[in-house]
Amino acid sequence: MSAVAIGVRERRRRDGIERGARRALAVVLLLLAVVGLYELYRWVWSSAGWTWPFAVTPVSMPHVWTIVKAFGQPAQVNQPPLIQILFHKSLFTMKEAIVGFALGALIGFFLGVVLVHSRLLRRGVVPYIVASQTIPILAIAPMVVVWVNPKLPGPLQGWGAVAVIAAYLTFFPVAINTLRGLQAVDPRALELMRTYAASPWTVLWKLRVPSSLPYVFAALKLAATACVVGAIIGELPSGLQSGLGGAILNFNQYYSIEPQELWATNVVAALVGILFFVTVVIAEKLVVRRAPERIE
Amino acid sequence: MNDQPVVQIENVTKVFPRGNVTALQDIELSIAPGEFVSLIGPSGCGKSTLLRVIGDLVEPTEGSVTVNGKPARRARVDHDYGIVFQDAVLFDWRTVAKNIAVPLELLGWSRDRRTQRVDEMLDLVELAGFADHHPWQLSGGMQQRVSIARALAFEPALLLMDEPFGALDEMTRERLNLELLSIWQQLGSTVVFVTHSISEAVFLSTRVVVMSPRPGRIAGVVPIDLASPRGVETREDPRFFELVTQVRELLRKRGEHLLPEEAQLLEATE
Repeated sequence: MSAVAIGVRERRRRDGIERGARRALAVVLLLLAVVGLYELYRWVWSSAGWTWPFAVTPVSMPHVWTIVKAFGQPAQVNQPPLIQILFHKSLFTMKEAIVGFALGALIGFFLGVVLVHSRLLRRGVVPYIVASQTIPILAIAPMVVVWVNPKLPGPLQGWGAVAVIAAYLTFFPVAINTLRGLQAVDPRALELMRTYAASPWTVLWKLRVPSSLPYVFAALKLAATACVVGAIIGELPSGLQSGLGGAILNFNQYYSIEPQELWATNVVAALVGILFFVTVVIAEKLVVRRAPERIE
Repeated sequence: MNDQPVVQIENVTKVFPRGNVTALQDIELSIAPGEFVSLIGPSGCGKSTLLRVIGDLVEPTEGSVTVNGKPARRARVDHDYGIVFQDAVLFDWRTVAKNIAVPLELLGWSRDRRTQRVDEMLDLVELAGFADHHPWQLSGGMQQRVSIARALAFEPALLLMDEPFGALDEMTRERLNLELLSIWQQLGSTVVFVTHSISEAVFLSTRVVVMSPRPGRIAGVVPIDLASPRGVETREDPRFFELVTQVRELLRKRGEHLLPEEAQLLEATE
């Protein structure tokens, strides 16, 4: 019986590799298709002279190869090539985003755990959590910088406040989904734990938390991209030049002359977001064990 | 072994405040060590409620329940019983072996002791090759066997079973009936078994308690004097049919005031 089971597992593993390869191929083809469509659109609009919704010019839509070439050239005289600068800036932004993500995820998870145990707190606190997210992050960022920065020790100066802003965007989906996941536990499983006379603490760690993980990871995926956006936007009012936010602000000013540099920066920002997202997806695959039919 | 009853139910009445439903009225029942008692009756007769009262999952409005000579609450806290529900209620994120170990972890058993006991339980329910499988990789019958292993892992004196095979097909159900009988004979534990099926109740039990609805009462008790050990041929024994008829008569006598859909349900169980 177990020999059959091992055979099944082996086949499933091989199917998994095959599926992975097919998926990678699809990603590459799709990327080529997007680039092709972009250039096709450019070509049709500029040769027909259409100006709706906007006129296609080297400024509004630089060629893909212009953007790619920009990576290899210095943005300013006597500087290393743009790709090297953007690499260092993205490392800085990633540092802010990772710390913000961790901080926000912990706070969000903790809030979810506290709220699931008190109906009164749920009623009282959830509206404020929701309200916190309706205020645009740009309106809050300057205050956070002013509040947080003076309290930070030397090595955290500047970027620490940005991490807090990233955390502000991260904690919300995690808190709401953790609460939802902790509440969605099978009532029959709760009854089973009751027959064991299990303490609330045991029920939390042995039952509620493991069964809420699919919900928590759905939120972490949202948070993975939100924390990158939070870190980039947080850099703007902080006047930080070391991250992608600073680069974006800088290249904004030269957009009408050298649009390809802002485009290149945006591509890097998008790649950072994708990297964060994929990392969470991989972590989810490793941590969450559940029925295969429920994954898709 | 002393002769103190494992379960002693005295004068139990349960009224659910919502809708003022009397689920149980004046229930008296005493279950001796080693007995296999089935509770049978149409829906709404309170058989599941009675099981839950024994397990201290539902508090009786009146009367008292003692398990192993202690109040039901004390018995629950002391892990005096294991329970099996209609659904296996296994944890998807744990393997079969780790599922069986859940109550042992809560009891604070050491890892070695847990592993050893889980292996014994896997042998008992004949799932030794599936220790590292996850529940979703098993059939419904296999999942229910894991659930039985989990309920028996800490050797409770009493096993409560709430329609454990109700969701399974007839063939699987009959095989699991045989398996349950052999487990019960090996361990010598006391079993309270809720079911819809007359033949299942007669086949398994030493005593069948027939219940009637509105309010839930005990309509009669049928002692089952079939030879032991029971096997496939037991179901062909003329005495088996006599006892099935006896239980059915008790159900029918009390069934005159049933609603049409309940009468249908009753037919379906025969």
